[in-house]
Amino acid sequence: MDRAARYLILVLSVLMLAAPARAAETDEAPDIDIKSMLFGHIGDSYSWHITRIAGKDISIPLPVIVKSSTGWHCFMSSRLEDGPCEGLYIAEGGKYDGKIVEKDASGNEVRPFDISVTKNVAGLMINSLILVLLVLGCSRWYRKHDVLKEAPSGLAAIIEPVVTFINDDVIKSSIPAAHSAKYAPYLLTAFFFILINNLMGIIPVFPGGANTTGNIAITLVLALCTFVAVNLFANRHYWKDIFWPDVPWWLKVPVPLIPFIEFFGIFTKPFALMVRLFANIMAGHAIILSFVSIIFLTVKMGPVANGTMSFAAMFFGIFMDFLELLVAFIQAYVFTMLSAVFIGLAHEGQEAREEK
Amino acid sequence: MPDSGLLFWMLVIFLVVLAVLAKWGFPVITSMVEKRKDYIDESLRLAKSADEKMANLTKEQARIIGEARAEQNRILKEAAEARDNIIRQAREQARDEADKLLTEAKTLIEAEKESALSQIRSQVAMLSVNVAEKILRETLSSDKEQKALIDRMVDESLKIDKSQAGN
Repeated sequence: MDRAARYLILVLSVLMLAAPARAAETDEAPDIDIKSMLFGHIGDSYSWHITRIAGKDISIPLPVIVKSSTGWHCFMSSRLEDGPCEGLYIAEGGKYDGKIVEKDASGNEVRPFDISVTKNVAGLMINSLILVLLVLGCSRWYRKHDVLKEAPSGLAAIIEPVVTFINDDVIKSSIPAAHSAKYAPYLLTAFFFILINNLMGIIPVFPGGANTTGNIAITLVLALCTFVAVNLFANRHYWKDIFWPDVPWWLKVPVPLIPFIEFFGIFTKPFALMVRLFANIMAGHAIILSFVSIIFLTVKMGPVANGTMSFAAMFFGIFMDFLELLVAFIQAYVFTMLSAVFIGLAHEGQEAREEK
Repeated sequence: MPDSGLLFWMLVIFLVVLAVLAKWGFPVITSMVEKRKDYIDESLRLAKSADEKMANLTKEQARIIGEARAEQNRILKEAAEARDNIIRQAREQARDEADKLLTEAKTLIEAEKESALSQIRSQVAMLSVNVAEKILRETLSSDKEQKALIDRMVDESLKIDKSQAGN
């Protein structure tokens, strides 16, 4: 193991030294726009870019579905590469940079109603499919086998411990027993959805690599679901605590200070969930991409500096990838746990009253 | 700003995933896990009660053995007592028998002695008569009168002896 690692390091260093040497031959290394490269990877796009070979982009075209002023349009994104298609084109710069726009009568760029299957949407679909297959595969094992006679094997052996862990340690310990079964499917779905999307985001090539959970639209929907789950079925005690909390009267009578804060808390809690997940995953992607960019940025500094920096960047990139694996799990766990705690708080008073 | 198209798709996809998994996915898994947990709990409980029963049985066994020992001891003791009793009784009987025999022997001896004494007395009487006859051949004419006299005198003297002995 140790020996293999040493060989690997040796081979990698030689390769890294060779690469800049070849780059130096061309001499004219073009300036790299790191920012656009970074956001190109982190952000959304209409086609799924894989790589560029010999100056030619290789990407998977995705369907564009747009309702513009001229009605519905549906075509593959590859047709946009050569310029406007059916009056629609991808804006460069300006307010709608990188989005499909059309020109209105006065020549201004306007955004049509756009439900294209973008890279992130396609990623979501693939990840969801994987998730559904995994979980249904697991539940299929239970249908086919007698749970009292056999230990779980295969898929069930992988999924079951995680389900049990989340169900017992997170959901049941946060939500009163009478309600936990009702919320368990949502919380488990949220956990596995985030986990699969996080993990697939770390894989750099198709079918992974779509930065789904690092996109605020996705975390917004997840946070919205938690918001609904918390507030829709909350008991009277929860609402009483918000509008008439147990604090000294002068904190709530002339100026409803605490109720005001509590009321805002309803929205800030899911908001924090949304931003936490989004920021963590996006930052992780940005850091890994930045480390990889170092390799290309240091080309101009000559082979020695470039080789050394490449090695360092590679090392830190690998380290960050491992860290991201951990973060992928932790963020899914934290989102689920906090959702469970918020849901639990919305049911807690009732339990206390019943005990009295 | 979140993109509306992505928002729309995410909402649709997530709700579909949630619906599918909430219907056919997680409830199946959690209920099965729960079922197995209950089964294991039940099994553990049964094993524990079986253990307790086992311990009780061992205790009962020890108690029965102890009782049997006590019974054994008691029987042995009783047997020993009975034996001692029998021996004692036999001894007593033997002693009684011996006593009886001894008494009989004594009475027999007494009788023998009595008869011997009477014989001796008669002989002594005869002897003394003979002696006296020889001495008093001349004075004593009739044997018969003499003998009656002597008998009377011997009896008297015996009576005197006895009364003296009685005193």
